[in-house]
Amino acid sequence: MIANTFETVSNEDVTTWFKAAHLSKFPKNGGACIKYKDKQIAVFNFEREGTWYACQNLCPHKMEMVLSRGMIGEENGEAKIACPLHKNTFSLKTGENLNGSLDAIATYPVKIEDDFVYVGFVD
Amino acid sequence: MKTIVVVGNGMVGYKFCEKFVAQPESALYKVIVFGEEPRVAYDRVHLSSYFENQDAKALELAPRSWYETHNIDLICNEYVSDIDRDSKSVETASGSNYTYDTLILATGSSPFVPPISGVEKKGVFVYRTIEDLEDMLAFAKALKTQKNNPKAAILGGGLLGLEAGKAVMDMGLEPHVVEFAPKLMPRQLDKRSSNVLQLTLENIGIHIHTAKATNKIIGEGQITGMDFGEDDSLEVDMLVISAGIRPRDELAKRCDLNVGIRGGVVVNEKMQTSDPNIYAIGEVALYNQMIYGLVAPGYEMAEVAVNQILHKNDVVMKSSIDMSTKLKLIGVDVASFGEPYMPADKGLSIIYENKTKGVYKRINVSHDGKTLLGGIMVGDAEDYGILHQMYINNMPLPDNAEELIVGSRGEGGGSAFGSVIDLPDEAVICSCEAITKGQVCCSVIDDGNETVKEVAKATKAGTGCGGCKPMITDLVKESLKTLGKTVKERICEHFNYSRQELFDIVKTKKVTSYNNLLDLVGEGNGCEVCKPVVASIFASIYNETANRQETIQDSNDRYLANIQRNGTYSVVPRVAGGEITPKQLIAMGRIAQKYDLYTKITGGQRIDMFGAKLHELPLIWEELIEEGFETGQAYGKSLRTVKSCVGSTWCRYGMDESVSFAIEIENRYKGIRSPHKFKGGVSGCIRECAEARGKDFGFIAVEGGWNVYVGGNGGANPKHALLIAEKVDKETAIKYVDRFIMFYIKTAQPLQRTAPWLDKLEGGITYLQNVIINDSLGIVDELDKEMQALVDSYKCEWKEAVETPEIRERYTHFINSDEEDENIEFVSLRDQKMPKEWA
Ligand code: SRM
Ligand SMILES: Cc1cc2nc3c(=O)[nH]c(=O)nc-3n(C[C@H](O)[C@H](O)[C@H](O)COP(=O)(O)OP(=O)(O)OC[C@H]3O[C@@H](n4cnc5c(N)ncnc54)[C@H](O)[C@@H]3O)c2cc1C
Ligand code: SF4
Ligand code: FES
Repeated sequence: MIANTFETVSNEDVTTWFKAAHLSKFPKNGGACIKYKDKQIAVFNFEREGTWYACQNLCPHKMEMVLSRGMIGEENGEAKIACPLHKNTFSLKTGENLNGSLDAIATYPVKIEDDFVYVGFVD
Repeated sequence: MKTIVVVGNGMVGYKFCEKFVAQPESALYKVIVFGEEPRVAYDRVHLSSYFENQDAKALELAPRSWYETHNIDLICNEYVSDIDRDSKSVETASGSNYTYDTLILATGSSPFVPPISGVEKKGVFVYRTIEDLEDMLAFAKALKTQKNNPKAAILGGGLLGLEAGKAVMDMGLEPHVVEFAPKLMPRQLDKRSSNVLQLTLENIGIHIHTAKATNKIIGEGQITGMDFGEDDSLEVDMLVISAGIRPRDELAKRCDLNVGIRGGVVVNEKMQTSDPNIYAIGEVALYNQMIYGLVAPGYEMAEVAVNQILHKNDVVMKSSIDMSTKLKLIGVDVASFGEPYMPADKGLSIIYENKTKGVYKRINVSHDGKTLLGGIMVGDAEDYGILHQMYINNMPLPDNAEELIVGSRGEGGGSAFGSVIDLPDEAVICSCEAITKGQVCCSVIDDGNETVKEVAKATKAGTGCGGCKPMITDLVKESLKTLGKTVKERICEHFNYSRQELFDIVKTKKVTSYNNLLDLVGEGNGCEVCKPVVASIFASIYNETANRQETIQDSNDRYLANIQRNGTYSVVPRVAGGEITPKQLIAMGRIAQKYDLYTKITGGQRIDMFGAKLHELPLIWEELIEEGFETGQAYGKSLRTVKSCVGSTWCRYGMDESVSFAIEIENRYKGIRSPHKFKGGVSGCIRECAEARGKDFGFIAVEGGWNVYVGGNGGANPKHALLIAEKVDKETAIKYVDRFIMFYIKTAQPLQRTAPWLDKLEGGITYLQNVIINDSLGIVDELDKEMQALVDSYKCEWKEAVETPEIRERYTHFINSDEEDENIEFVSLRDQKMPKEWA
């Protein structure tokens, strides 16, 4: 199953920092999708919060590659992403589905170096 | 430590666990639950919603982790096969044994399958579990590929049967309900209300066959029809049996507990069976010689059993159990409470019937006119909540009891009941969870909960069937008022303002960016609720397109296209008034063919091209714009289409040129953003072929001018638009609608269409007429100016997008690769294509 190809990576476990793109390519307070090997990863520049987030682009509701096109926001101080298809929301910190009991999404660490955006993976 | 074994992890078995672990004494017990079904307990009452989303998780009453957190051993997929009362142990189908101190039977019931020859044939189903539904869905899907217009019958026209009828209709099968009795819902409805219901259901496409005794199910291996004897039969390809329930008392019988003659485990008012260590609750329990096929009594039984086990012996079952019900069939309200029909020696009935509207209401009142004994409502059950409350709380009736159903309602006058706040504190508002009015009010007044959501979370009120939500909303509002707090229509946690207030703030403070507004009057960092609201306000005030602040737009607006179920997009150029030249048709055809798009004529008189990938959108639009097309804003909360009939240009009855008018008005309002989408219609005469009265605004040509209508819509809750002016000339007609739309844009709540807005507008249509025709607020000049400014500043946002390199750059699936999304797959369909099914 395609959902199994995504697994949360924590900062400590990163073995590869993938140089995704220059930060000017990413919309402010919105998302864009990057490709790493066969993975689609949604990356968000939550400028208001001053944080970058990354998660799987796949929405676990209907298994479509769409999360990068959703809207970001926060709920009780926690950053979240709302899927553009049916507005299910997921925490960008823990990946947890906030408005229901869908499976959690995988999240990935992001770092910025010399104006480039890097996403962390375990290979 | 003592052990409680619960057999059955259905709705009531789960409720027992929930109520049990909520008691502090429960720490002294070990709870083990067995469920025969492969999954954790789910909301059977809303089983039909599984058709819509196939989302089993959404139906779960609690996730598996809940059982772990509360130290309950849940063993699913395990049938308890025997009970040994001497050694106090149970045996499971897989051969394990478990001892208990107390045993709870919550085995529920199974659908009753009458002994008709042929019920074992392929294509015959029952309707009780998610697995039943999955089997039905798979079968229906296969049927649809094999033949045109397949038919499905439901055996049984009761509450569940009608719901199943709607379900098979939603599956795309032609539904037939077959009932043995001469009327539908024989247990809840009288003959007249049943007739009204039958008519309404037939109107929405459900075929009804009453007084039919099914003799035989016909077919070789697979069902092909039903035989009613005497050369009467019905051809069907599928059958769902919904002929009542039978308690699952097989275990109880096997260990010689007392059971009723027609089944059910006999219990006393403590929910104890003939063995005091064994309790039975829910649909398996026979209490007062009755099986109660509803959740609310089951939940009460669970409450009693919990208290009895924990030695709180004074909590026992009431002797009379309320069986009032409200059907949740979409589109038709049906409710009955108390004694729905009743012999004349007990009381009198007041009946109101309106066949044209499909409404029937009946209340039964005691001879002295003081108490409500019961009633029936079909077609309009809005007042069910409060009437039901009057009934169960034995509240005094008003002097003119008929006002309860015909109402002193309508303009100005309040309803005959006063308000929910007048109910006694003990009145049970949410019967599923047994929450009283007092508890709801306390939760607001003492515990500081301020919204229905918060109250639901704190008390569980409204989390069952949801039928009591309107009453809870009123109670929360009224309780807040007593605290001196006004109820704010707050947009979300980031803006403590209504849309109207925010609109004024943006306008007077001249705010132009979302971030500034948030810094100025908001809190935190925003969310998917407030962002599009603010975007819509900017658009209405400055007529700025969705391209400028793209990340605060709803996804469709952000990409100027409607996202489809597989992540591709649709393209809808404007075809004002539905008029299109052969040349434009050819151009559209050519472009659709080039990009391999699925094309369809929409319900809004234009052409939709589906299946465009994100990166193709600017390419397609570039070509369309070259051919003279503009965006149709099918993605926006904005003007959609103005539907026209051909009018006096060709039609022999036409009184005026409806097409010309429709094109003019569609071009006038195109691009204007609003709280929700809005649509128009122009008909050339009162035959109304353009369905103008089904739109947010409509014009109908009559002798001597145009009639102007506002506030209609189709959709889930159809409303006819109301007349605001008669026989006016075109200019006047446009002026009134200009003002109407502008007033709506400024004052409506987010995602509120014109009809519900008008409904909530105090004073209704008369007030609106005063504002926009008689200028009672002195604002029409301003409204006129604002509208003209919007009209004058229109630009096609797709033209803007394809001509601006930075905007075009947004249309790529990956920002670090030119590859396409390989996850998108199409299959072919009638010489075109469609997305591959969701897995
Ligand atoms: C394409 C179309 C169906 C078709 O194939 O004919 C359609 C498709 C959708 N409709 Fe519709 N509606 C379409 C005509 C209608 C009509 C008929 C009409 O306009 O005369 C109605 C009933 C009239 C009305 O609106 O009052 C209609 C009532 C709705 C509603 C219910 C609105 C309501 O107030 O109850 C929704 C849901 C909503 O907007 O919240 C909806 C929502 C939708 C959405 C946007 C659902 C969604 O979010 O994806 C669909 C998007 C289609 C797309 O991607 O292009 N659609 N929809 C029609 C496009 C018309 C057009 O040319 O723009
Ligand atoms: C489609 C549908 C719509 C409905 N709509 C409404 C409504 O609108 N309002 C309303 O009040 N009610 C409604 N009901 C009825 C409501 O669902 C039931 O009243 C309620 O589910 C009864 O709960 P229960 O726990 O007694 O039985 P169930 O929910 O049936 O649970 C019993 C469970 O026990 C399991 N079981 C049985 N025997 C064993 C065994 N020996 N070992 C292990 N497990 C066993 C069964 O598999 C089942 O999972 C509806 C029912 C259906 C099917
Ligand atoms: S097009 Fe309209 S009616 Fe049809 S499925 Fe979509 S929203 Fe529902
Ligand atoms: S596909 Fe994401 S919410 Fe439905």
